[in-house]
Amino acid sequence: MSIPVLAMTASDFSSAQEVRWCPGCGDYSILSQLKQALASFGVRRENIVFVSGVGCASRLPHYINTFGFQGSYGRAPALATGVKLANPNLQVWVVMGDGDACSAGLTHLTHALRRNVDLKILLINNEVFGLSRGQQSPTSRVGTCSKTSPDGSVETPLRPVSIALAAEATFVARTVDVDVNHMSEIFEKAAMHRGSGFVEIYQNCKIFNDGVFEYATDAVIKTDSIIHLEHGRPILFGKDRNHALRLNGFEPEVVTLGQGITMDDILIHDERAAEPTLAFLLSRLVGPQFPECLGVFRNVRKPTHQQLLDAAFQQGDPPRAFESLLAGDESWTLA
Amino acid sequence: MPGTTLTIARSTIPHGTPVERAAAVVRFAGDANDGVLLVGTQFTYACAMVGNAVMTVPDPAAEIRAPAGALAGVTAFQCHFAGHAIHTPGDRLDLLVALNPSALRTYIGDLSPAGLLLVDSDRFVPDEWAKAGYVADPLQDAALQAFRVLAVPIRQLNREAVARVNLIPTEIERCKSFFVLGLSYWLFDRPPEPTFRWIRETYNKNPGLVEAHTRAFKAGWHHAETLGPGLQSRVGQRCLKSGKHRMINGATALALGFLAAARQSGLPMVYAGFPVAPASELLHLFTEWKQENIQVIQPEDDLAAANIALGAAFGGSLGVTATTSTGIALQADTLALAAISELPMVAVHVQRAGPSLGMPTRTEQADLLQAFYGRNGECPVVVLAQSSPSDGFRIAIEAVRLAVTRMTPVVVLTDTYLMSASEAWHVPSSSELPMVLAKQTKADPEHPLLPYSRDEHLARPWAIPGRAGLEHRTGGMEKEANTGAVSYDPANHEAMVALRARKIAKIAEKLPPLVVHGPKSGDVLIVAWGSVCGATHDAAERCRAAGLNVANIGLTHLSPLPADLVGVLRKYRRVLVPELNAGQLSKILRAEYLLDVVSLNKVQGQPFLVSEIEAKVRQLLGPC
Ligand code: SF4
Repeated sequence: MSIPVLAMTASDFSSAQEVRWCPGCGDYSILSQLKQALASFGVRRENIVFVSGVGCASRLPHYINTFGFQGSYGRAPALATGVKLANPNLQVWVVMGDGDACSAGLTHLTHALRRNVDLKILLINNEVFGLSRGQQSPTSRVGTCSKTSPDGSVETPLRPVSIALAAEATFVARTVDVDVNHMSEIFEKAAMHRGSGFVEIYQNCKIFNDGVFEYATDAVIKTDSIIHLEHGRPILFGKDRNHALRLNGFEPEVVTLGQGITMDDILIHDERAAEPTLAFLLSRLVGPQFPECLGVFRNVRKPTHQQLLDAAFQQGDPPRAFESLLAGDESWTLA
Repeated sequence: MPGTTLTIARSTIPHGTPVERAAAVVRFAGDANDGVLLVGTQFTYACAMVGNAVMTVPDPAAEIRAPAGALAGVTAFQCHFAGHAIHTPGDRLDLLVALNPSALRTYIGDLSPAGLLLVDSDRFVPDEWAKAGYVADPLQDAALQAFRVLAVPIRQLNREAVARVNLIPTEIERCKSFFVLGLSYWLFDRPPEPTFRWIRETYNKNPGLVEAHTRAFKAGWHHAETLGPGLQSRVGQRCLKSGKHRMINGATALALGFLAAARQSGLPMVYAGFPVAPASELLHLFTEWKQENIQVIQPEDDLAAANIALGAAFGGSLGVTATTSTGIALQADTLALAAISELPMVAVHVQRAGPSLGMPTRTEQADLLQAFYGRNGECPVVVLAQSSPSDGFRIAIEAVRLAVTRMTPVVVLTDTYLMSASEAWHVPSSSELPMVLAKQTKADPEHPLLPYSRDEHLARPWAIPGRAGLEHRTGGMEKEANTGAVSYDPANHEAMVALRARKIAKIAEKLPPLVVHGPKSGDVLIVAWGSVCGATHDAAERCRAAGLNVANIGLTHLSPLPADLVGVLRKYRRVLVPELNAGQLSKILRAEYLLDVVSLNKVQGQPFLVSEIEAKVRQLLGPC
């Protein structure tokens, strides 16, 4: 395993490459928190690999002084799976934008998750294509005006957390670019997790989709529109923490404590639940009808892909010697 | 009891001495459950164990579970055996064993005019003809008069042979293939003992089956003796050299080659393969062989497979993948990425008849131009071609050697035919295998890593994660020379494009000289690549035996082409390029050397016959 070292700082993780995002882009904050977090883990730089695809977010590996590989559109989870198969001791991070992950990369993303490859996957979601200059993305909400949807997007968006849960991810969380403390906390939890850690980060694209997550970032509005999930605690929100979530049959509903509604009626968040059913339900909550959840949706322990491969290797017959494979089962010798 | 079954009584019936032949071609054909694969394999071993050169090819049914007796269910196995070196499974059949009317209909066109036709007459009943589309008994057809037909009631005779053994009906039917085997062994005077041994070892838990199979075999053998004079022949000449041999098909040879390369380089290997026939054969083999130093994964698609192999190469392993058909086009994307990031991965591309799904079970060579040019941007990669089933072993090692010493993706072209064709192979001793020197960079505090600096081959350092001081970023963006930083500088881009091209071209300087078979200059040179090398070589040999001034070469290095190739080409009046495509190597040779080569093209999903190439050479030479 990686050997911890003492005292690294965020600047130890800065590469020489000039950072090139638009001024005001949410990616700056993500990069800076990520470097802080990496410095705090104590994993040596040479044991860390960042893998990405194409898009604004996918430039991130170039800016971090670890090993880095920027591949083609959407294929990062497959590339990263290869890196991990070659050297299971590396801490491998995958950085994907919503266009990259949810268009071309959806297959690779879901398969890396279902295999529980020990990857830390950051899906930086700004609900728009940035680098290609402002087209709708598979996560753009209905009505998003973009270069390819001037009258508002008509397509139903994908919800990355729902997809990750459906793909059997063992760690699923969501955070937001401006909440630096929350981001660090989630990065740390993802890094500690053994298996696929999936983190959706709401990120503001200053240029093409500015303010789309305002409800999650504005200090005043967010108290009523955001739920901070806490394991084992009732799901409460609002300035006075008197709004809550309860289940009415299979339907979630927002209630206010008092008037006959007590804490006993309120849904308790359990990130360790074996079945991700409730986590999925929480992933379906979308504003403005509902508050949206930040925090850890799911965090369960299952054997990693490598552990399963190693265990399978131990089963059955021991490997045959090379010479015996060369000769095959039906060789003959001529005098 | 089993002790007595190991010999066969030689008959006293006069049937003449066997006719000596230099070579023969036999095809066994019937339903999948007629055991033709088993019969063919046993027959092949019987030939190889006496030292004949052998080459075989199966022809699997078009449908996996076709109804019994249907044309779509016809399965065949062909064996060419000779007292001299051979390089194809043979053109025309000397014996066709057709176990049902559909098999007859499918293959009768391939029987040589002097050939023998053996049929199971019990299967030539109206119901069965109908399945093959005959309206009358084909055995009565005048068209068959040209051949010597042996109509044997195989089902009946087999039942009688095993009647004394207590078997269930399916077991009785299964013995039929050994009746066929006994009959065929007699026709070519093959020694039955190894097959008796095989029966004993295979059914060692069931003495009843040992006895039944042996009886069926003997019944077939003895029945053959009664069929009349002049039927028996023999290919007596020994061709194989001394030592340990095995039968090997193209897929197994490739897989063993990669295993050997991993062992000889000391590198771990990651094999990623999406299941798509016939490339999936490699996936099956690596899974079955499970080795300590090989991680095998079945990814979600061919792009994932290539990316996993490439990620593994970045991580410090040999990254290997294989695919076929449309998967080849998909992997182009990843090969371009591997070329610009300069990482060592190997992609085995099994060509089958296209475009798109084309004819999935048929062979072709129409992906050469794609391997050469089929990526975005200026993007040369190394392209090698497997030229015979056993050649896969050498080619896989060569692919890995070039990938890890030149830091480049390597495409290995092979085809459907080569994957399943088999030949006898002299098993190398593991101690005589070449070493593969892979040098992964060590950190040097005195000299910080320049990830895109160059060695004497123009290769960049292989700087793998886990080693302190080697941290660097790479990927699909253009690199600044030496530093590898992302660069949009126009002059740098042009220089890097030229450098990557030179790196590949430079490989040609160190290749061994081309092997020219035949005269070193003269009338005709046949240039072959891939699976066509076999038929080409045999055709050229025939021409030379007939006194014609014909030479041939087989290319295994296609990109870069060998440095001495142009000199060789210019020594002949005509250059003939036979290919299973519409003229792809021809196009490259014309473009590279401004040489007016002659194309011989076949795009039928079938390999060349030796006679087709020979005829073309004779046509080129004109009337003598
Ligand atoms: S286009 Fe948007 S996402 Fe991309 S760098 Fe600019 S602000 Fe950031």
